[in-house]
Amino acid sequence: MANHTTERESVITIRGLYKSFGDLHVLRDVNLDVYRGENVVVLGRSGTGKSVLIKIISGLLTPDKGSVKVLGQEVADLNDKQLRELRLKLGFLFQNSALYDSMTVGENLEFPLVRNVKNLSRGEINRKVAEVLDSVGLKKTLHQMPSELSGGQRKRIGIARTLILNPEIMLYDEPTAGLDPITCIEINKLINEVRSRYNTTSIIITHDLTCAKVTGDRILMLLEGRFLRQGTFEEVFDTNEEQVKNFYDYNFINPPSSSHTTHAITQ
Amino acid sequence: MKSHPKSYVISKRIDNFSLRVYEAYIFTRRFFMEIFGGGFEFQELIKQCFEIGYKSLPLISLTGFITGMVFTKQSRPSLMEFGATSWLPSLVSIAIVRALAPLITSLISAGKVGSSIGAELASMRVTEQIDAMEVSAVNPFKFLIVTRVLATTITIPILSFYCAFVGLMGSFLDITLNEETNLQAYFQNAFEQITFLDIGSALIKAVAYGFTIGLVGCYKGYYANKGTQGVGEAANGAVVTSMFLIFLEEVAIVQVTNWFR
Ligand SMILES: Nc1ncnc2c1ncn2[C@@H]1O[C@H](COP(=O)(O)OP(=O)(O)O)[C@@H](O)[C@H]1O
Ligand SMILES: [Mg+2]
Repeated sequence: MANHTTERESVITIRGLYKSFGDLHVLRDVNLDVYRGENVVVLGRSGTGKSVLIKIISGLLTPDKGSVKVLGQEVADLNDKQLRELRLKLGFLFQNSALYDSMTVGENLEFPLVRNVKNLSRGEINRKVAEVLDSVGLKKTLHQMPSELSGGQRKRIGIARTLILNPEIMLYDEPTAGLDPITCIEINKLINEVRSRYNTTSIIITHDLTCAKVTGDRILMLLEGRFLRQGTFEEVFDTNEEQVKNFYDYNFINPPSSSHTTHAITQ
Repeated sequence: MKSHPKSYVISKRIDNFSLRVYEAYIFTRRFFMEIFGGGFEFQELIKQCFEIGYKSLPLISLTGFITGMVFTKQSRPSLMEFGATSWLPSLVSIAIVRALAPLITSLISAGKVGSSIGAELASMRVTEQIDAMEVSAVNPFKFLIVTRVLATTITIPILSFYCAFVGLMGSFLDITLNEETNLQAYFQNAFEQITFLDIGSALIKAVAYGFTIGLVGCYKGYYANKGTQGVGEAANGAVVTSMFLIFLEEVAIVQVTNWFR
């Protein structure tokens, strides 16, 4: 890791992070550096604590132990006002998009904008809404309700809603989960477009290997509460380690031979 | 987040109950702190007031009217024994204004409005919409809780007085059909016995019930358990708890008002 990242600024720094719920030890000694401009993918089975990890990064959950620094600030030590200021620079795409279902798409998009940027004129708000809708390719949905959208469209609107505040960091929680393969490819493309257009640093949480391969500069595998392996996609999966191979099998409905698995991934 | 201590101070039940009372206290205190302190969601408040009124108006009209009418019918025979049917309007108005209207209105609203606030906020909690507000640097407490609690506190007193008016009209209908009277004479009679204290205590009751319904609904929804059954539990819990509290408040307020009579 050190060889290709040393000279870059670390925007998220996690050291010795522990988190448990009652007797359930979810995160056990997690360490992570995310450098400016990179897309880091966190891979792991469901229930391994991937969502918990980014909820801690965004201050929705508090760590039991350890240090979580975002843009140089210790998240757990921030007061309400400081946390709000930090969150302006964070975009969070929730696993189920979490669109406000009592509001239209347009109202969803302007909701964070009008409450955080004071004294915008109606024209400026509309322009900004149109701009982010355009960057996710869904101009026509402005007056629709979230319930009228497909799963992929909801994800896009969820991304647009975070982009409206020009975040520096994007946290994607399973952006392709539950989508058909074509839509997955589109969302993966969108994640890469967002990075080049908005200069974001991203953590992408997924258990989808295609998504990991297409969007990730660096992959980390979360297993039993810590990162098991990290590196580029090839580095992580070029191994005979039992747990990594198990993950393959899980994703490709148990192909018995490992050669078959490798073939499927490199396609 | 709720904490789950493993060893209990007194017993599991009493500990959990005290913990819940403490949480409710913190929640109430936060409500008062967030009302002041900038960035008021005026539009959302108006929207909520309108929705609450709209939701409960038909049922309150019907129940109020029928209660007024039936109460008049039931009271007539007893008054007739003393040849005092001319007292009907003032008897009915005292009953309606002092006791029935605030209670009917708030019990109906606890069922219709409290449950829907509980369910709405719980489903927003479950689908992470509340978390989404928080991470987009918007204060969900200001937008969701403050507006809804204020809306019930403002709207339920208005509905209460409306309910009293409709109830008196129901009573008037029954009286015109049986005794000779006209609207003006009826209202003159009806308001003869109503004092400022009656109106004041009815107002205080309605404000207290409105506040209770909003706060309990919001509390149950905001702290709903994750998962689909959390939504049903929040709706159900909002109704049961707020009705229980409303009866406690009723007893307390009536007791205090009687000291002043
Ligand atoms: N707020 C919470 N309270 C209790 N348990 C939780 C909470 N959030 C997550 N968990 C538990 O932590 C584990 C990891 O959850 P999560 O991070 O959502 O997994 P995933 O990797 O699928 O995103 C799960 O077993 C979940 O039940
Ligand atoms: Mg998850």
